[in-house]
Amino acid sequence: MKNTPSQNELSGWYRTMCAIRFFEEHVIASYREGLFTGSTHPCICQEAIAVGCAAALEPGDPVFATYRGHGHAIAKGLELPPLMAEILCRETGCSKGRGGSMHLCDVGREFWGTNAILAAHVPIAAGMALANKKRGNGKVTAVFLGDGATSEGAFLETLHMVALWKIPLVIVCENNGYAISVPTHVGKSVEDIAQHAEGFGLASAVVDGNDPLLVHEAMARAVERARSGGGGTLLECKTVRWERHSAISAGKYDNEEEAMKWKKADPIPRFAARLTAEFGVSPVELEALAAEARAAADDALAFAKESPLPDPGEVDAYVYA
Amino acid sequence: MSMAEAINEALRHEMRRNPDIVLLGQDIGPYGGTFGVYKGLHTEFGDGRVTDGPVAEAATTGIGIGLAMAGMPTVVEIEFIDFITLASDAIVNQAAKMRFSFGGQVSVPLVVRAPIVNKLGLGAQHSQSLEAWFMHVPGLRVVVPSNPADAKGLMLAALRDGNPVLFVEHVRLYPVKGEVPVEDVPIPIGRLRVAREGRDVTIATYSGMVRPCLEAAEEAAKEGMECEVLDLRTLNPLDREGLVASVARTGRLIVAHEACKTAGPGAEIAQSALEGAFDYLEAPIIRVAGADQPIPVGSLQDYVFPDKNRVLAAIREVMA
Repeated sequence: MKNTPSQNELSGWYRTMCAIRFFEEHVIASYREGLFTGSTHPCICQEAIAVGCAAALEPGDPVFATYRGHGHAIAKGLELPPLMAEILCRETGCSKGRGGSMHLCDVGREFWGTNAILAAHVPIAAGMALANKKRGNGKVTAVFLGDGATSEGAFLETLHMVALWKIPLVIVCENNGYAISVPTHVGKSVEDIAQHAEGFGLASAVVDGNDPLLVHEAMARAVERARSGGGGTLLECKTVRWERHSAISAGKYDNEEEAMKWKKADPIPRFAARLTAEFGVSPVELEALAAEARAAADDALAFAKESPLPDPGEVDAYVYA
Repeated sequence: MSMAEAINEALRHEMRRNPDIVLLGQDIGPYGGTFGVYKGLHTEFGDGRVTDGPVAEAATTGIGIGLAMAGMPTVVEIEFIDFITLASDAIVNQAAKMRFSFGGQVSVPLVVRAPIVNKLGLGAQHSQSLEAWFMHVPGLRVVVPSNPADAKGLMLAALRDGNPVLFVEHVRLYPVKGEVPVEDVPIPIGRLRVAREGRDVTIATYSGMVRPCLEAAEEAAKEGMECEVLDLRTLNPLDREGLVASVARTGRLIVAHEACKTAGPGAEIAQSALEGAFDYLEAPIIRVAGADQPIPVGSLQDYVFPDKNRVLAAIREVMA
């Protein structure tokens, strides 16, 4: 297992969490300004999961995420400018401006893409993990999904096969309490999503998803189990959703009460408080880290806006190998 | 060599050549596959490469995609093409879209093998020809061989193609024998084969209908009508050039398939011929196709599928 993170590493986590937050704020503003069409699914208030999990993985470990995956891409080390350019559908985007907000990818950094069909990427991630198991290279694959996706057949079939074949896959469920409009207590038969693992004989854990240290600790245990041949884990991270499902969702949850819920649970001030109280990072240092993150997000947006649109003559460039 | 043996040989040959190839499915291990296509492969390559799994088409196909993306070309077995509905998200939304949506960063060398199984009295959920659905999916190849030599050559090509391929087999063709080259000669995907030359009528067909069409053409020849039978071999890409060239020569076209008539492959084939050879047509195009209804069991099943006689009737009609 990875050692307890150093103060320097923790400062890096904080900067990344801030970068994700500022990045997402720019994405939402850009959408409202009409800089891109379609939709986008911010991960505001879920940054601690992306950062805590990524810190427990090696750079060579593959990651798969969902449409709510900008934070996972950033935490995995993708550069912000090509990510923002992809969201703005530019040629310089990480997916050449063909995939957009829901299809971010950087194979060179082992970020195998975000996916817009609920749970469909879970078996694909299991296949990648199985390939690495066959090769015996010790790589552990991580796949992220929301609570809504845990009712899909592809998810449940994959839990079974991960347990059956001891596939080195950590399945991280970000339970933010809502599947679009349906609250978890209406849409799920179990209190904890992690309970689904038990019936298949798969290891599981539940953790407060809004504290990156707790997430990291639980993720590191799951990664260690997978790396040492102990098979997969379903790790449930309890979190709170930013007030809306997506930028185009109806405003049903766009109200003060819901907004207060995530603001109270907001992992960024929570982590800041811990960093100061327990790890001796001063408020001034925190401010400087946030300022770096802000500058990085600003630069990314500027780069994306200046980037060219894809050439219409190349519209079908990547359909076939 | 039978077509089942030819596919087996192609898999074995390519698995020996490429140690990364993996086969996934149900009943493909020591049992050798529901229709015997995998005979002996488990013995030679073991559990790690010929892997029996649970009955879970969606996850199995998704896992196949992940293996393929990781650089391990994977063959996923769907026991009857009817069951492909259970894996259709993985094929349609995932395998076929992934390369494009990620700006060319990934390849998905996945081959989904799925046989058409009909006229065995298995009813509406085990007798369909669903290939038309998948022709409609850009990013996916659809291969429909009709004989052992083509099956071997096309399987070799499919395993090396780098794109997801739906390899549609036909249970009635598995025992059919034919000459198969022993050499490693892949057949390019997207090129039709002229199964019989003729000057009067073009018959475009594939898979299980090639033989009835050839038999009908022989009968028609006795009546002085010479038919050119095109075995299309692949539906995506469709060899439009080869089709149009033939229709321009004969001036008449019949399209024959077992799939339902409405929005079946014949609609695309006929329209492609119209677009390329309208000025040469001397008669309306005729489709000889399966009935637009669920497939019954027992004696009734003989009435929903096209056969040699219906093709012959179409030849007479188009020549009248």
